Amino acid sequence: MQFKRQIADRLYGSWMIVSLATILALPLVIGVGLYIKAAPMLDNVSFFSLIFSSEWAPSAGNFGFRPFIAGSVHVTLLSFLFTAPVCLLAAIYLTQFSTRTLVKIMHPVIDVLAGLPSVIYGVWGILIIVPLVAGAAAFFGTASSGYSVLSGGIVLAVMCIPYTLNMLIEVFNTVPSGLKEASLSLGATRWEAVKHVVIRGNYPGIISAFGLGIAKAFGETIAVMMVVGNVVKVPGSPFDAAYPLPALIANNYGEMLSIPMYDSALMFAALLLLMIILFINLFFRYLIHKTKRQ
Amino acid sequence: MKRIKRVEEKFYIGFSALMTYSLIAVLAFIILVIFVKGFGALSWDMVVKVPKGGYYYGGEGGVLNAIAGSLYIALGATLIAIVIGMPAALYLNVHLIRYRRTQNTIRYFLDALWGIPSIVYGAFGFTLMLFFGMNASLLAGIITVALLISPIMVRTFDEVLSTIPKGLHEASLALGSTRSETAFRIIFKQGFSGFITAILLSFGRGIGDAASVLFTAGYTDNIPVNLDEPAATLPLAIFFQLGSPIPEVRDRAYASAIILTVIILSISLGARFLSKRYSKTNLK
Repeated sequence: MQFKRQIADRLYGSWMIVSLATILALPLVIGVGLYIKAAPMLDNVSFFSLIFSSEWAPSAGNFGFRPFIAGSVHVTLLSFLFTAPVCLLAAIYLTQFSTRTLVKIMHPVIDVLAGLPSVIYGVWGILIIVPLVAGAAAFFGTASSGYSVLSGGIVLAVMCIPYTLNMLIEVFNTVPSGLKEASLSLGATRWEAVKHVVIRGNYPGIISAFGLGIAKAFGETIAVMMVVGNVVKVPGSPFDAAYPLPALIANNYGEMLSIPMYDSALMFAALLLLMIILFINLFFRYLIHKTKRQ
Repeated sequence: MKRIKRVEEKFYIGFSALMTYSLIAVLAFIILVIFVKGFGALSWDMVVKVPKGGYYYGGEGGVLNAIAGSLYIALGATLIAIVIGMPAALYLNVHLIRYRRTQNTIRYFLDALWGIPSIVYGAFGFTLMLFFGMNASLLAGIITVALLISPIMVRTFDEVLSTIPKGLHEASLALGSTRSETAFRIIFKQGFSGFITAILLSFGRGIGDAASVLFTAGYTDNIPVNLDEPAATLPLAIFFQLGSPIPEVRDRAYASAIILTVIILSISLGARFLSKRYSKTNLK
């Protein structure tokens, strides 16, 4: 009897540790897998000329990723401009000023916003945001179909808000209330207490939440691809169309096996995406974990 | 001086309240737009029929192929994710309970893993598929989505397990149970509400994700019966129909969007309800 239980313990124990190891090895395996596929590309052309060249002609064998990287960066930064103030203020309100009922209502709201599939955001973007942006472009005197960096930025912002907001709420909830009370008792208004204690004391947490939001925006595919226009060009204004890196991979998987080196180029794009996002994630998560321990 | 302070405070509090309420408004607006736009084309046929000939030119049929494909993929992937995710989370909270640093490091890596975008999983799934000489199929889709949702499963389950008091764990060991008995019989039961949440959350992610199945699951007008057949998915069905120049087909994309939204909303509400229900019987 005792023996049987020990065997079972061993078996279950190894099942558990093997699963954990599998999951933890995943990023490494993905990285290696993509690298093997991307290696033929990297043998021919140097890493830097791939990234900085803007000539994109797959059938001629020219793969320059600059337009795509620029497209991704533009869309992501624009979305960050919308996300950051909304999330910061909403998180402050929810953790410092709001009533309990509102917090209770907001929990499912944030959950549902985070859970809606990106295709739904894309449909919404096409129906509402794209015509709006086209109208705004006409108002400012430039021609635009509405499928543009600005539309991509707005849709992405709405998608990233629940993600960033959740992290900010977590950060602000850890502020010891004694600190805030001390500041209030010295005659500060409630807003001053927030400004000087809650925000200033949490710089690392706030920056990390923003950084992780940016990483999430950088990798988002379907919704952005539906509203951003997908034109291979470095965008010059928010009303120009762009072609972000994830959209490149998603749009061309059909042709990639028929043109030589094309699959290698696309897998290089995926590898680049993985590296950038993993790096941002590891960096800012480290910042969060470090501040949590203090 | 004092008045300026007052005005500043009023302004900022009012403004941040506005931001908070506007989030509710945005969510309501998105759901309203989807429902208003798609309601006209939504019919019982959409849900119970597969596309007939000429469907993509405005002919008869529905998107049952995509609904079934999405459910199959999400179900299969969730099963795999349970098999590797559940024991991983338990190991983290039972065997490693005395090693705070290791626990934190593993959580740190899992969090980072959660951030990898689904298109990268899709591309990796595609290379894996080529490596094994498979075609785009239900199986390839299931495996790719399983990789995508496993970290989510572990981290969500772990979040609840980590709140279980250490005393329960010690009591179980003190009564002579082995560590795996403690894990599967005691800690698992206590964290069951978290397990349900983790399953539903991963399932929802699996149904809604398009970028990972784009390369791997393929697309077909039939309901797949075997693992090696291609499978359509609901997000991709919306995406493809939306690209059509014919207005009737685009209207159906909006109707399919309603179907997807309803599925996601009911999963989300179900998760809340069930996790409340199962945490009632927990030891406090």
